[in-house]
Amino acid sequence: MILGRVCGSMCSTINHQFFDGKKLLLVDRLKKDGTPSGKYIIAVDTVGAGAGEMVLVLDEGNSARQIINDSSAPLRSVIIGIVDKISLLND
Amino acid sequence: MLLGKVIGTLTPAIIYPGLEGIPMLLVQPLDKKMKAEGRVVVACDTTRMAAPEEIVYYEGGREAALALEKWFVPVDHTIIGIVDDVNYLDLE
Repeated sequence: MILGRVCGSMCSTINHQFFDGKKLLLVDRLKKDGTPSGKYIIAVDTVGAGAGEMVLVLDEGNSARQIINDSSAPLRSVIIGIVDKISLLND
Repeated sequence: MLLGKVIGTLTPAIIYPGLEGIPMLLVQPLDKKMKAEGRVVVACDTTRMAAPEEIVYYEGGREAALALEKWFVPVDHTIIGIVDDVNYLDLE
C-alpha cells in the first residue's frame, strides 16, 4: 500500500464496462514526510475520499479484485482508506 | 492507471492467437498536467474507439490483459477509457 494525496478527479464516458459508475481520482504519490514525490496514479475510490485528503492506495491487482469482488476486473489501484495522522519514529 | 496521449496506430501482419482484430495504438505516457513523460508504449485498445490525438487512460501489467475479452493473452498495456475531462485541485 502507498500513501497518496487526492489532487484531482477525472471523468470519462467511453470506457471499459467495469469502470461504469466508478469514481476515478488522481492521486499524488507521497514521500513518508507527506510531500509529493512527483509521480501520480489514477485510482478507483471505494471509501468516499475527497479532494486534498491523504489516502491509502492499494496498488496490487489480486487484492484490488478481491476488494471489488470481481475476479476479472482490469483494475490495480484502489483507494482503501483515508489517513488521519502519521507518526514517524525519528522526527 | 496513468494518462496517455494516442500518437499513432499500429497494424501487425502476424499476431499471437487471441489478439486478432484488437486495435493497437502508440501511446505517449503523460504526467498529471498532460505533459509528455517517459517512453512511448504500444497499447491494446479495449474501447475500440480511441484515435490519434485523444487523451486516454491505460492500465499496465497483468491487469492489462484482463481488460480484453480473451484475457489469457500476452499484453502488458491496455487503454481502458477515453478521458473527457480532468479536474485539478489547486492546493496552493
